[in-house]
Amino acid sequence: MIIRLFLHLALLLLFAPLLQGVITRTKALFAGRVGAPLLQPYYDLARLWRKGFVFSRTTTWVFLAGPLVGLVVPLLASLLIPFGALPAPISFEGDLVLFVYLFALSRFFTVAAALDTGSSFEGMGAAREVTFSCLAEPTLLFALLVLARLSDGLSLGTLLGSHLLPAWHSDAGASLGLILVSLFLVLLVENSRIPFDDPNTHLELTMIHEVMILDHSGPALGMILYGAALKMMVMGALLVRLALPWQTGWWLSDALLFLAGLTGLAVLIGVIESIMARLRLPRVPQVLVGTMLLSIFALVLVLR
Amino acid sequence: MLELTNPLLLAVILINFYTLGSARLVACVRVVALQGALLALLPLLSHGFTFHAMVLAAEAFCFKGVVIPWLLLRAIHRVRIRREMEPIVGFVPTLILGVLTTVGAFLFADLLPLAPEHHDGMFVPTALATMFSGFLLLITRRKAITQILGYLMLENGIFIFAVLLSAAMPFMVEAGILLDLLVGVFVMGIVVNQISREFSTLNTERLTALKE
Repeated sequence: MIIRLFLHLALLLLFAPLLQGVITRTKALFAGRVGAPLLQPYYDLARLWRKGFVFSRTTTWVFLAGPLVGLVVPLLASLLIPFGALPAPISFEGDLVLFVYLFALSRFFTVAAALDTGSSFEGMGAAREVTFSCLAEPTLLFALLVLARLSDGLSLGTLLGSHLLPAWHSDAGASLGLILVSLFLVLLVENSRIPFDDPNTHLELTMIHEVMILDHSGPALGMILYGAALKMMVMGALLVRLALPWQTGWWLSDALLFLAGLTGLAVLIGVIESIMARLRLPRVPQVLVGTMLLSIFALVLVLR
Repeated sequence: MLELTNPLLLAVILINFYTLGSARLVACVRVVALQGALLALLPLLSHGFTFHAMVLAAEAFCFKGVVIPWLLLRAIHRVRIRREMEPIVGFVPTLILGVLTTVGAFLFADLLPLAPEHHDGMFVPTALATMFSGFLLLITRRKAITQILGYLMLENGIFIFAVLLSAAMPFMVEAGILLDLLVGVFVMGIVVNQISREFSTLNTERLTALKE
């Protein structure tokens, strides 16, 4: 039990920033550049951690709570979700609701920290972030409902259990394909990637997530970046398990399959960021409503 | 063969959603052409490679997948419009309506007194859903070309029904329907040209205003 917990956390903490490196590298290769080294996110985090805190006099404790919660929440959420075929360290009936709302909690604190600075610019970003995430949340819940219906369980461990492989080959395969696509879009929204948000832009009109963290610096910014990397890996774990439901039986090969799946996911995100333009802001809610409808449709297909 | 028809019908439904939610006319015509081409595979998949099924597939592919979309693309090129502006009902509401009617079609199909071998399949609900989507497209859009697309989609829905019955349905009936459709598209193409020449726009609501 303790060993499993350590393995889970070690995989998460060590591997998460590498995904960002893989994405950046893929984009660089597509643009014909050499690109930053794969380990650059680790160097960035180490650099940020060596700096000192700088706080504006107008901010309160809420300003620091944002990054802290943003770092702790993905850690907690990772304990609920199986990494590939490695079972989750903590599992109970109904933990899927906790999983979804843990992310809502971290978003609440990020938004509160952004509002705490009193800058209208950050308020704008907070409003956009909340709008888009409240449209993405139903998609995630409906997708989990489809899995719950297929597995007759209510814990993430059962949802992503060994029944997935036969389910892909049965009539429910179509529904699984639909929710795989909608979950991928949710992953892109939640982690503020292109086509919904551009993590590199610093333009007032287009920023969503970046704008909320403009006033954070040093270790606080490091915590936010590390938390974002962890969040991406945790949400990616859901997708990878859904797409690669194989079970080898030996923990090392299971872990390797999982990590290979995550790397493939990162490459896919990099390819999408290279070949797609950012959506216009009014188009984003339309696409999100579309994915929500897709997941509802998937649910109807398995319910009939 | 039957396990291939379900993904095919699912793709048909997804194309319905895309057409309801998209504003780009050329892309809409292309996906509806793709829908027609996919449907052309349907008789082969469900009835095997018999003569009747092959003729049905060939004519569906030629008309729905090639000829009619080509006519529409040419009309778009000639009147130089790219997007559907200001639909009567917005894109997101139409998409929601489309999904609701599709869900309704799935629920309704279970209640129908069908032959037992058709009861669990996706044929009947997909046919109903495609017809509803075509209706929605006809009702909610202003541009004549999108309305023709709705008409085409309606016919695609009827075609799915026809595949179910194709053993019983005489070949001439299907040929007659397709001929009707082709004539309809021709007439509408002429109307489209006429509207754009008279009013320099393609909005059909101008036609309802009387003029001395």
